[in-house]
Amino acid sequence: MIRVNHLWKEFNRKPVLKDISLAFEKGKTNLVIGQSGSGKTVLMKCLVGLVEADRGNIYYDDRDFSAMGFKERRAIRKELGMLFQGAALFDSLTVEENILFPLNMFTTMTKGEKQKRVSFCLDRVDLHNVHHLLPAELSGGMKKRVAIARAIAIKPKYLFCDEPNSGLDPPTAILIDKLISEITAEFNITTVVNTHDLNSVMEIGDCVAFIYKGELWWTGTRHEILHSSNKELNHFVYATELMRTLNPGK
Amino acid sequence: MKLFYHIGRYFILVWIILQKPERASIYRRQIVLEMDNLGLQSLGIVAIISVFMGAVVTIQTAFNTDHPLLPIYAIGFATRQAIILEFSPTVISLILAGKVGSRIASEIGTMRVTEQIDALEIMGVNAAGYLILPKIIASMIINPALVVISMFLGIFGGWVASAITGVVPLSNYVYGILFEFSQYDIYYALIKTVVFAFIIASVSGYFGFYAKGGALQVGHASTKAVVFSSIYVILFNLVLTQILLV
Repeated sequence: MIRVNHLWKEFNRKPVLKDISLAFEKGKTNLVIGQSGSGKTVLMKCLVGLVEADRGNIYYDDRDFSAMGFKERRAIRKELGMLFQGAALFDSLTVEENILFPLNMFTTMTKGEKQKRVSFCLDRVDLHNVHHLLPAELSGGMKKRVAIARAIAIKPKYLFCDEPNSGLDPPTAILIDKLISEITAEFNITTVVNTHDLNSVMEIGDCVAFIYKGELWWTGTRHEILHSSNKELNHFVYATELMRTLNPGK
Repeated sequence: MKLFYHIGRYFILVWIILQKPERASIYRRQIVLEMDNLGLQSLGIVAIISVFMGAVVTIQTAFNTDHPLLPIYAIGFATRQAIILEFSPTVISLILAGKVGSRIASEIGTMRVTEQIDALEIMGVNAAGYLILPKIIASMIINPALVVISMFLGIFGGWVASAITGVVPLSNYVYGILFEFSQYDIYYALIKTVVFAFIIASVSGYFGFYAKGGALQVGHASTKAVVFSSIYVILFNLVLTQILLV
């Protein structure tokens, strides 16, 4: 479980996160939704320590991440997996080398065990015969799947996904969403997903948090989101004609 | 104020780079890889420049020292001294600042803007150490080797120029090359080269590592890396010359 307590962050005196308090549950896909520029990515970067929060605390299973030094954070980071918006695969390494990278760096596995783990991770994301391809030779969806395989290679306790299906066609986007959801349940990890895609919300949103202009505006489940009385949330959810057709009252 | 900010941030980065590696074997493999990328792939340009540099120095010296009191072998002697003391260590380092510096800054800068460095940090890897330290060590090993090759080729270029143009008889040229040779000159050149290699790799790594934005900013970072590493090479050339030759 990850807990966020009264988190504040500002850039050039402009507040980007205002007093965010939130909990991300273990074994569930926790979605953070909101418009572009609402502060979702900054929140995620604060969670993983890429951006330092001005005030507030972040707890990883009661371990205060905000109070930790450089070395302690590096130890926690070995428990994290992250899927970046652009996949962030190492472009000079092949698919296999990308997945082997964290295994080589942090485990004492034998060569055979590592190869087995790579094959397992690639099978899990349904990719075959791509071991020796470079990231430049993969499609957008394949890159995301390789990035998921790399993220789960060291069996993380926490998985972070920043806009995992941006730039993907709807079937591939749903495939990636389902993969994230399945992996979360299968390995009982705490998953946090940033998205503004309502298909993702309806497909995998076990717990949903809506951020509006840097403030936490609403929390609930995907079933509750369609019946909320929150004005800003409804404006976000029912922005498309399709959604308004599904719920004519909104 | 901005200058102090950059100097401070540079030294903090160097301190982070010098932290204990997570897995020494991976760093060793990277060093070998970088020796090929940064050193061996620069051999061609170093060879061409050195041969022509030696030839030009010989011809220029011959035309500018045409005096009856000066022995003819002084042309070979002056060529050797110029190449060993200055041209090979400094000019080749400046060439490498352009070739290798831009490569380092653009490679690391691209990794920064495509979130690959963030991915390394999320994994718990010391990204600065993993990306920059092998490049520094590889440069500090391979650049002196390139400079030694450059010295030989520069002197050979002078010999070829003498043979083709006849500005100095070959026997006199060879006598001048061997005349009062001091081993210390080679040490002096190699010490300078090692310092320049550290400057080129670390300054270029610094600009790449802190690149922000997109392709345009990576280009700017690359340009700044070449400009600043060249300036520091020239500056430290003056300082080291004063310290080592006094």
